[in-house]
Amino acid sequence: MSLPALSNGPLVEVEDLHTYYGKSHILDGVSLTVGRGEVVGLLGRNGVGKSTTLKTIMGIVNPARGKVLFEDRPITGVPAHRLARIGIAYVPEDRRIFRLLTVMENLRTGLDRRGVSESRKQEMLDKVFAYFPVLAERRNQAGGTLSGGEQQMLAIARAMTLEPKIILLDEPTEGLMPRMVSQIRQIIDVLHRDGVAILLVEQNVPLTLEASDRVYIMEKGAIRHQCPASELKVNDAVIHQYLGV
Amino acid sequence: MSKRPTIIYWTGFSIVLALLIVAPLVLPEFWRRFVTEILIWGLLAMSSDILIGYTGMVSFGHSAFFGLGMYGAAAALLMVRPPNLWLAIAYGLVGSAAVSAFVAYFSTRMRDIYFAITTLIFSQIFYVIIFTWTEVTGGENGLSFRRPPLAIPGLYSAPFTSETLHWFVLAMVTASYLILRRITRSPFGMVLQSIRENEARTRAIGYPVERYKIVSVMLSGLFAGLAGVLYAIQNRFAAPDFVYFLVSGETVIFNVIGGIGTLVGPIAGAAFFLLLREAFSRFFTEFYLIPVGIIFIAIVIFMPQGLLGFARRWLNR
Amino acid sequence: MLEFLQNIPWDAIVIQTVNGIVTGMILALIASGLTLIFGIMDVVNFAHGELFMFGAYMGVVVITATGSFWLALVLATLIVALIGAGLQITTLRPLLGRDPLTTILATFGISLVMQNYALWQFGPVARKIPEPFTGQFTLFYLEYPWYRVLIAVLSGAIIGGFWLFLKYGTYGIWIRATTQDRVMAQAMGIPVPWVHTGVFAIGAGMAAASGVLFGPLVGVNHAMGLDWVLKAFIVVVVGGMGSLGGSIAASIFISLLEAYAAIWVSPAQAVIVSFVVLILTLLFRPTGLFVPTPK
Repeated sequence: MSLPALSNGPLVEVEDLHTYYGKSHILDGVSLTVGRGEVVGLLGRNGVGKSTTLKTIMGIVNPARGKVLFEDRPITGVPAHRLARIGIAYVPEDRRIFRLLTVMENLRTGLDRRGVSESRKQEMLDKVFAYFPVLAERRNQAGGTLSGGEQQMLAIARAMTLEPKIILLDEPTEGLMPRMVSQIRQIIDVLHRDGVAILLVEQNVPLTLEASDRVYIMEKGAIRHQCPASELKVNDAVIHQYLGV
Repeated sequence: MSKRPTIIYWTGFSIVLALLIVAPLVLPEFWRRFVTEILIWGLLAMSSDILIGYTGMVSFGHSAFFGLGMYGAAAALLMVRPPNLWLAIAYGLVGSAAVSAFVAYFSTRMRDIYFAITTLIFSQIFYVIIFTWTEVTGGENGLSFRRPPLAIPGLYSAPFTSETLHWFVLAMVTASYLILRRITRSPFGMVLQSIRENEARTRAIGYPVERYKIVSVMLSGLFAGLAGVLYAIQNRFAAPDFVYFLVSGETVIFNVIGGIGTLVGPIAGAAFFLLLREAFSRFFTEFYLIPVGIIFIAIVIFMPQGLLGFARRWLNR
Repeated sequence: MLEFLQNIPWDAIVIQTVNGIVTGMILALIASGLTLIFGIMDVVNFAHGELFMFGAYMGVVVITATGSFWLALVLATLIVALIGAGLQITTLRPLLGRDPLTTILATFGISLVMQNYALWQFGPVARKIPEPFTGQFTLFYLEYPWYRVLIAVLSGAIIGGFWLFLKYGTYGIWIRATTQDRVMAQAMGIPVPWVHTGVFAIGAGMAAASGVLFGPLVGVNHAMGLDWVLKAFIVVVVGGMGSLGGSIAASIFISLLEAYAAIWVSPAQAVIVSFVVLILTLLFRPTGLFVPTPK
């Protein structure tokens, strides 16, 4: 269903988004872009609207104003299940794997798509199990019995089965042990190598700066600063200013 | 807060009241009874509005309250000679109060849909009891009795005429409306509405929400029982059909059509439904419920605030 | 003591056990559909009894035309499933996201329309679905029809088949995922609106199948849905709302108790048993008798 890339423009473009929860003006004019295969970081304090931005892109939340574009085509208001099928995958905060489904069944929610041959499904499964051997071990266990780190891996693996062009990653390292954090870091690199774009929301600033090509900083529902990640590594005054870290 | 809306409101109220008073004098017998019936069903629907519109709890149990009011009145009129109007009312109210206390105790533990289902099942319990306990309730055939005279003890006693019955019913319904209106605007009523808006927050502030709910159900049940008493007096019989949950369902229909949370809306809803039924049954004989049902579904989907819903804020000022 | 044991009507109890299981299985089939619809969409389907009734009538129509009971069973299930899908798309989808009470009202309206439509089309006189085969076996002093045993077996088979479908098929996974987390299911590409329609259709089909199966036992008339709907609601509450296993267990439990009660009191009064069970459940285990109490 997706057209061949006609333009060299960004993969995902968000223009002047305004989103409300009831009376709260959560997103107050957010604009950003993510290029093909780019890893873009989204930093900011708690509650500034980072998760809401991801949810709006994924069609889980509808904006009051503004546009979301995917490969130059407007997708604002398109329901999430269609977006998942054209190449946008979402890994939410607190993982939200299907706790009562086994690991295998969790993966199947993404694998069992129309137009995917059995052999390709097996390939994807092998790839996922290669990156996450612990999931292979636990493939018949219910998702709810996995540890926090394993659930995070399952959530990412599940998103990968959609063969997405971009993954929206919301705080993947939250609450994880350092060993797991570096594993996540490696996965991000692997995905980057495979050409998958990533929009990464994180509280872990050093990890974000290492993994990303570009970084946006949000405050009070809008983007306040953007630049290549390399710049921020040397100039951390900006970081102190917006994140107080 | 400007004075004008209140004046307009009371003017409107007086006009409607005047029309209803004059009605039996100008209408033919059939329509006279029709208007009286609208008032009685309207009272039932209004009682249900306390729960649905003001406390935010949809109940399918009103047929039980209505029915117990009806059978309570029947009991008074059959057991005590000579038949006494006020005794009938008293028995009916006690009966419906008891039933509503019973139902309230169990069902207020549940929230939302579970509450609705529980009240429905309870109303069916009473239906089965009334239907099968033939020695006491007359079972399937119900009970019939004579209409008591309109009596003010010591002063006056005369049998009801069609007109005086209508005025009596009108007086009861109007008084009920005014009482309920006063209650909804009282601090108690405000708490109920706060429960409707956000139960968790109301509880967090410190109000004993369960107790308010129970009182709300009993209040609602009381006036539903009054409607049952009036129905019994008008028609001189009590039958289990009126305790069947379909009556509760129709009551909820009146509420939704007329507009919940307005008190008068349900009365308008009852009038609308009964008039539609009358009109359609001329053409569709017994199957009037098919078009009426479709209209109802359409209102639920497209006009959920009901006929008078647009005036809700204004009517509650 | 021996005299007491001798006075217990053992033969009646065994017969009533069989009867109770038969009724329980039909009730389970109806209640499963209701639980499924509620568990996945939060919709209390008041019209479920009418789908049961329509199934029975479709059965009558097909049998009159073709003479085949089995064809009637299959066709009635399919037709009513389609009707259910149609109803869901036209009246329930627009109500998505609104107060759940609106769906009760809407389905209540649908039940009124369907009942009167059936009355209009088929008239007030009850119709009969003939049994697919006669044949009885002797159970104590009764000639017990094999057909009744078949009903229980078939109902069980349908429920069992559906359980397998839920556990293993792709669509089963979709349904289970949607029940657990609607938003993430959508985010995984599962077309949730269609899952809802599908589930409603399946629930409707199950109700219709019960209608055809139950048809030969009683007359088919427009009001037959009402009693069943009430009992099904009681079963769903007692079994634990949204729990499939719970509603099946509750169906059999309540039907057995009622069957035993019918040894001593009239059937009309035996229904009080289900009410008492409900009250006790609400008092002591409001989350459901057959559901582990949440910690």
